Amino acid sequence: MSDVTTNPYRTSLRTAADWGLVAVALPALAALALPLGVRNGAMLGWLGGTMAPLFLIGAVLAVVIGRSAPKRVWGAWVELAGVALAWLLPVHLLNEGLDLSAGWGVWLFLLAATLLLWRVMGVLAGVPGWTRSVIVPGLFGLGLLVGWEVLVRGFQVPAILLPPPSRIAAALAANAPVLWDDFRQTVLTSVLRGYVMGCGAGFLVAILADRVPFLARGLLPLGNLASAIPVVGIAPIMVMWFGFDWQSKAAVIVVMTFFPMLINTLAGLGNSERIQLDLMRSYAAGYGRTLVKLRLPNALPFLFNGLKINSTLALIGAIVAEFFGTPVVGMGFRISTEVARMNLDIVWATIAVAALTGSGLYGVLAVLERVTTAWHPSMRQR
Amino acid sequence: MTSPNPLDVREATAARQGSDRAASAMSPVVVEARRLSLVYSTADKPVTALSEVDLTIARGDFVSLIGPSGCGKTTLLRVIADLERPTSGQIAIEGMTPEQARLRRLYGYVFQAPALYPWRTVERNVMLPLEIMGIARAERQARAREQLERVGLVGFERKFPWQLSGGMQQRVSIARALALQPDLLLMDEPFGALDEITRDHLNLHLTQLWRATGKTCVFVTHSIAEAVFLSTRIVVMSPRPGRILDVIDCDSLPRERTLDIRESPEFAAIAHRVREGLKEGHSYDD
Ligand SMILES: Nc1ncnc2c1ncn2[C@@H]1O[C@H](COP(=O)(O)OP(=O)(O)OP(=O)(O)O)[C@@H](O)[C@H]1O
Ligand SMILES: [Mg+2]
Repeated sequence: MSDVTTNPYRTSLRTAADWGLVAVALPALAALALPLGVRNGAMLGWLGGTMAPLFLIGAVLAVVIGRSAPKRVWGAWVELAGVALAWLLPVHLLNEGLDLSAGWGVWLFLLAATLLLWRVMGVLAGVPGWTRSVIVPGLFGLGLLVGWEVLVRGFQVPAILLPPPSRIAAALAANAPVLWDDFRQTVLTSVLRGYVMGCGAGFLVAILADRVPFLARGLLPLGNLASAIPVVGIAPIMVMWFGFDWQSKAAVIVVMTFFPMLINTLAGLGNSERIQLDLMRSYAAGYGRTLVKLRLPNALPFLFNGLKINSTLALIGAIVAEFFGTPVVGMGFRISTEVARMNLDIVWATIAVAALTGSGLYGVLAVLERVTTAWHPSMRQR
Repeated sequence: MTSPNPLDVREATAARQGSDRAASAMSPVVVEARRLSLVYSTADKPVTALSEVDLTIARGDFVSLIGPSGCGKTTLLRVIADLERPTSGQIAIEGMTPEQARLRRLYGYVFQAPALYPWRTVERNVMLPLEIMGIARAERQARAREQLERVGLVGFERKFPWQLSGGMQQRVSIARALALQPDLLLMDEPFGALDEITRDHLNLHLTQLWRATGKTCVFVTHSIAEAVFLSTRIVVMSPRPGRILDVIDCDSLPRERTLDIRESPEFAAIAHRVREGLKEGHSYDD
């Protein structure tokens, strides 16, 4: 932020000519000359009886106010409001019953809004703290969702190919009890248990292998072998061994997560420098003390790496394993049966739940990592 | 920097009261090495780091090891600390094997690099050896505070090592070794990374600490002036393979050292002899 607001070179260049704004204005001006869409067989322009001019005026006002704001960051927030208004225009037009697939005016206008959003994000990404770490990625995700919604509806993509997010959200709400049961079965039962068992076993065996070198030598090549086994291969076998319920899913997850955790833990335990180990030796610290006070803290970044990889693997493993047999509940079961019935809204809703779960798990781990390894060079904030 | 510390007699007496130390306090020899050799077996060819080293360090001695880079000074210190096994020859610390001495935590070691743990604050780094020794929390904090004060780092307790300059980090590592309150202090170029003024201050602190506590110090340095200023004896080593060329007694200097003894003719004479020893690479007849 500081170099945007205080860099004299940038400031003088902007007063001379704001090329970024010119790039925004050009498609916007071109959009004014083009129709917005078709209603009842007739082409409709900007003044065709919709509220489109209001959106246009609002967006222009936002840009003008934003540019004259005393601080660049405040201006960015005002411009962001303009962007939001611009992206609401197609929603309004669709509700008015317009067909936008021929309305190039709207799409050019949205292109201009996207360029403006680019500028805004550039400024906000320079603001340290919450703005940069939460709001910018959040806006990015929201932008993608809105873009998806507007494009799919505007170009009338068949819902069977790709439904708009609003429709997925509606399916999510309508099927909430079923989805919740699936979530409980797959995530809270299979994934969590399998994940804890797989990562825990990998960690413990790594510590054992660290003490008994031949174990490490024997296990590491096996690890490469195990990571090459496809889930679809082991899942049916585990279902035969452990039955339909969560045990077989947990077993698949254990197979998938054990070796990544083992390998990462071993790498982490080998991460201490000789001089750090010598220091412990000079204090006559035994194996256990050295492990707890030195080697495990040093291994933390590696441990989190393994845990993060495994959080995704576990979810994939459970869902795929449910394709091969499950009590009549579970996210994998839901996907496989509802696809067969062409109930794609529920499939998409389940995918959304899986995606949110995956990012949630990952996010929790990332926060934990930040808290516990703030000292690591990759995490240090000056 | 804080003003020179009234170095506590408390520490000295506490150290002397240690049960197994009381017995050995009788013996005047702390380190005794006979025909000590060490050969590192590396991938291409073996490297002889120490060759036939004979060295006796008496209680209360301040011995400096000086010699060209790569001559085996660190190796000798590591053998004393039981971080390296000699290939041949004998070595005894307080009449024990180095391993026994290490297990009894008889020495404190200041490494050539600070070797601080980045996830611990400065204060917790200094308390680390005390935690391992099982010393109570209040005592740990008191000792850490005292030693950080000694090296002039009051106010930095809550900082992390990577937020400190290289010289400050090295001072933390010195405080950490002192917090152990060892009778034998092994220091590997502890002041190598410091500026001249800080170095003078710490040299003064160190010589006062040594005099007040009666610690035995083995000190590696590249600076002739530092070696002469601090030492009762200076061991000049030859380039690889590390041999002892000369052991110079500094009896002509008073035991109590102030910075102005560096101007005295005795100081110059010893410094000259050290320089000649390093330059010629051959022994003086004593
Ligand atoms: N772990 C090791 N493996 C093989 N060779 C080593 C090892 N440690 C040291 N050496 C070799 O032993 C010799 C003596 O090393 P040492 O570290 O004792 O030197 P030094 O006198 O402390 O040098 P400096 O003043 O540069 O610190 C060097 O030639 C070095 O290459
Ligand atoms: Mg060295």
